[in-house]
Amino acid sequence: MLPAFTLALVIGAFASTAPAQAQSAVDEGRNLAFDRGKGNCLTCHVIKGGTLPGSIGPELRDIKSKYPKREDLVAILNDETQRNPLTVMPPFGRNRILTEKEINAVVDFLQTL
Amino acid sequence: MKLRYAIYLASAALAFGMLTLASTLPSGAADKVDPVADAKAFKKFFTDKFPKVKLEDFVNGPYSMNEDLHRQWQEKEQFPPYEFSLEMGKEMFSKPFKNGKTYADCFPNGGIGVRQNYPYFDEKEGKVITLELALNRCREANGEAPYSYVKDEMAALTAYMAFTSRGKPMDIKIPDDPRALAAYENGKEYFYTRRGQLNFSCAACHVQSPGERIRAEILAPALGIVNAMPIYRSEWSGMGTTSRRFTTCNSQIRGVPLNPQDDEYRNVEYYLSYVSNGLPISGPGARP
Ligand code: HEC
Ligand code: HEC
Repeated sequence: MLPAFTLALVIGAFASTAPAQAQSAVDEGRNLAFDRGKGNCLTCHVIKGGTLPGSIGPELRDIKSKYPKREDLVAILNDETQRNPLTVMPPFGRNRILTEKEINAVVDFLQTL
Repeated sequence: MKLRYAIYLASAALAFGMLTLASTLPSGAADKVDPVADAKAFKKFFTDKFPKVKLEDFVNGPYSMNEDLHRQWQEKEQFPPYEFSLEMGKEMFSKPFKNGKTYADCFPNGGIGVRQNYPYFDEKEGKVITLELALNRCREANGEAPYSYVKDEMAALTAYMAFTSRGKPMDIKIPDDPRALAAYENGKEYFYTRRGQLNFSCAACHVQSPGERIRAEILAPALGIVNAMPIYRSEWSGMGTTSRRFTTCNSQIRGVPLNPQDDEYRNVEYYLSYVSNGLPISGPGARP
């Protein structure tokens, strides 16, 4: 009885923290993307929920269908000049504007768009 | 769709860059440097990109880029926010230094209607002399302390000198002197080189993205970009000189700005002014 109860509790706790953790990564990613001192993606991209967006880059929407592979988004954030040498998008990973962990959080956020 | 468009624009910029690069190849062949062809290609790039903008309108920076803004600008010109600075400049210009001389003694034509000839290449010194630099040198030669390059007095003096030159076509000369050509080339290279943590060149913003919004600001085209200086900016709640604008642009990309009037800035101003030859002086300007 007791072990079963504990197990249930553990499962319950797990079930509720897993999405919560994912949710917090998404929130962190959004904050990073909107923060002027960090990603500041709004400078160039229209992003749902963000104010005063710029127009240099394309609107960030339907990202998950356009880039189903997570690595592709990580690569764009790391260094878009690899894909397009002339891009004006800053190399967030290469120039250490964002850490790997931060890039992952931003990618989590992008996948909700 | 939009992405493809962006890449297309970028490749247009590449083609343009190649064109200019072809003439900058560090092959040591100075005869390959061709400012005349550069300036022509530069104008063509912008007039092709913005076929509706009249050549002389590019000097209005962000205001030339869309009609709503253009209207705002016309309204602003009714009560120009740089008026106070212009008045101050006019007064300062005529007030003698302690030794009895005035600014007029330092400049051709008494300093009136000469803005379009700055910066020029000084063959004695082997360097580019901007208007701001010439003004401070004038002060120092007359026993006065130099002014800060970025605002207030310097903005007032250059505002007045620009105002007396309004409408005159930019007229920058590159004398037949390898050092002048080198200064031009170095300025151009500075303009197209990426730098700072954000990896921008001046051209990334003012050649690849003019007319686009960066947050709420509309990027000015590089053609005629110095013709309106100095400018009043609401965001600064005051005036700023060319030096102020260059250093601010460098800080925005999290780069380390140079000191005002460092050689690189003088050269980049020389380059930008030369490729804007023929466009009218419109300063002082007002910006959102
Ligand atoms: C200074 C401008 C600029 C900034 C800042 C910027 N980007 Fe970009 N971004 C672009 C441009 C321009 C493109 C178009 C593709 C290219 O140039 O290679 C792009 C493309 C993208 C794409 C591909 C979009 C598509 O539809 O294919 C993604 C995803 C992206 N950016 C995410 C971000 C994120 C996330 C940030 C912030 C952490 C960011 N960008 C910051 C300019 C910028
Ligand atoms: C990250 C983008 C960015 C970069 C890179 C950049 N600028 Fe700017 N620049 C701006 C913005 C924003 C403004 C204010 C809006 C405008 O007028 O374009 C501006 C304005 C200017 C102006 C005043 C134009 C006017 O009519 O108001 C000049 C001159 C200028 N920049 C020169 C330069 C030079 C030279 C460099 C390189 C050393 C440079 N910029 C790099 C963003 C940039």
